[in-house]
Amino acid sequence: MSGGSTASMGGSCIIAGAAETDRLGKLPGHSTLQLHIEGALNAVADAGLSLRDIDGIATVASPGPVQVAHALGITPDWIDGTGVGGTSFLLHVRHAVAAIRAGYARTVLITHGESGRSRVGASRWRMDASSPPGQFEAPYGTFGPTTTFTIPLLRYMKEYGLTHEQLAYVAVAQRRWAAKNPRAAFRDPITVEDVLASRMVAYPFHLLECCLVTDGGGALVVTSADRAGEFPKPAVHVLGTGESSETPMISQMVDFTESQAFRLAGRAAFAEAGIGVADVDHLMIYDAFAHVPIYGLEALGFVAKGEAGPFIADGNTEPGGSLPLNTNGGGLSYTHTGMYGMFAIQEGVRQLRGEAAAQVDAPEISVILGNGGMFATSGVLVLGRSPRS
Amino acid sequence: MAAKPVPVPTPETQPFWDGCAAGELRIQRCDDCGRPYFYPRPVCPACGSQNVRWFAASGRATLYSYVINHRPAPGFEDDTPYAIAVVELEEGPRMMTNITGLPATPEALELDMPLRVRFEPRGDVSLPVFGPEES
Ligand SMILES: [Zn+2]
Repeated sequence: MSGGSTASMGGSCIIAGAAETDRLGKLPGHSTLQLHIEGALNAVADAGLSLRDIDGIATVASPGPVQVAHALGITPDWIDGTGVGGTSFLLHVRHAVAAIRAGYARTVLITHGESGRSRVGASRWRMDASSPPGQFEAPYGTFGPTTTFTIPLLRYMKEYGLTHEQLAYVAVAQRRWAAKNPRAAFRDPITVEDVLASRMVAYPFHLLECCLVTDGGGALVVTSADRAGEFPKPAVHVLGTGESSETPMISQMVDFTESQAFRLAGRAAFAEAGIGVADVDHLMIYDAFAHVPIYGLEALGFVAKGEAGPFIADGNTEPGGSLPLNTNGGGLSYTHTGMYGMFAIQEGVRQLRGEAAAQVDAPEISVILGNGGMFATSGVLVLGRSPRS
Repeated sequence: MAAKPVPVPTPETQPFWDGCAAGELRIQRCDDCGRPYFYPRPVCPACGSQNVRWFAASGRATLYSYVINHRPAPGFEDDTPYAIAVVELEEGPRMMTNITGLPATPEALELDMPLRVRFEPRGDVSLPVFGPEES
C-alpha cells in the first residue's frame, strides 16, 4: 500500500496498447463478440504486437474471457472474468498488474464490447425475483439505472444545497469538451435551460442529465514497465490502483451523500502512486448520470463535501478550467455502451500520449475513477506519462 | 400489460414476508451489538455475529430520498409517474418502498416527512408500502 512496496513486488506496469472500435454509436452490423474482437485487434496493433504475443486475457461476461480468448485464438496462462459492472476494466488493469508482477502473465489483453443500443448477440438481463434486489427493490417498480442510481441525489441536494441548475451544468460543461471531439455522439452546445427543458426521466433527472446508450468497444494491452521502449506509442505507466465495493442495492448505501467505494478505491490508488490531488492534471469520472462526477470529485478529495456542484458550475472542469474533467465528453455526450469504464481509461491514455481530440496541455498524471452498478463498486487508476519517481 | 414483480421469499427472508402477511414489519436485531438491520440475512452486518433475532418494527419511518419515475417498469404503466422511495425506519435501517396516499410530486413529498407502513397485496405476498401518518 505504501510507496515502497511497488518496487519490492517486482516492478511496475505500463499500458502499451489502447484502442477503441473503429466506430461508436449505432452499429447493428456488429455483434457483442465482434465489438470485443475489433477492439482487441485495434489495441494489439496499436501496441505493435500480434495476438500470438498475448498470454493473459480479462473481460466481462458475457461473452467473457473464455469466449473472447477462443475467438481470437489465444491460449491464456492467466484469466480474469471479474464482472462488477462498468468499472470492471479498471479492476482488470489492477489485477493484470498483480499477475504480471507475480510472473503469471507477461502481456495481458483486456477487452470490452457491448451492443448496448442495438442488442446484437447481447444477453438478456433478467432480475431474479428471489435475489435481495428482486425481493426488496424490484417490487417497487425499479427499472434499470435511471430509477436506482438516481435515488440518492435528493438527499444530497437537501443536505448540501445543490441546485437543479448546478446539476444541469454538469451536462453543459461536458458538452463543451464533446464539441471538440469528432467522435462524440453529441457535439452541439447546450445551456442549463436546454437541460432543464429536456424530458423528465426520473425527477430530479432530465434526459440530458442521463447518459447515452450506444454500441462500441475497446481494449488495452498491459505489460511490464521494463519493456517501455519496445512499443510504437509512448508508454502509459500504471502508478497506482484501487478497488472497492459497497452495496448491490442502492437502498442500502451507507450514506446517500457520498460513495464509500469511490473514496476507498481512490485512497488506495493515490497512496500506491504516492500522489495527492494537486498532482493530478487530468481526470475522468464515470458519468452515467450528472451527479456521479459530483460524488466523484468529493470522494477523491478534489473539493470538500458539498462543493463539487459550485466547482463545476464555476467552470473549473470545462475547457480552460483548472481541472480538465471528462475531456472526451463523457457518458453524457461521448458514448456509453452500458459498461463505460473502458472508454474512460482510453481517454486517460490518449491524454497522456498527447493524442486526444481535446488535448490538455502536456498532462503528467491522469486519474480514472470507475463506477460499477449503482455506486456498487469502484476502481481507480492513477496513470502517468513517466514512471513513478 | 405485464404484472408487477412479485418477490419470491427464500428461507432466510421468509419470516419477513410472514410478518407482512400478519400486518407486521419484522426485521432483525443483533443480540451481541444490539444493532437492528435490514435486509434479512443470518449474519449481523455490523459485527459478524450470528446471534440475531427477529422483532416487529414500529412501522414508523421518515422519507429519506426518492425519485419520481416517468418511465414505468413493466406493470407500473397505470401508476406513472410514481415515487420510488427509500425510507428510514424509526429503528434506523432503511428500505426501498413506494409512497401511497400522496401525489407523486416534489411538493407533496418532502424529505424527512413522517410516514407509516401499510401492506398491499402483491401476488401471493403482502408488500410493505408507506403513506402519511394520518389516514
Ligand atoms: Zn452485531
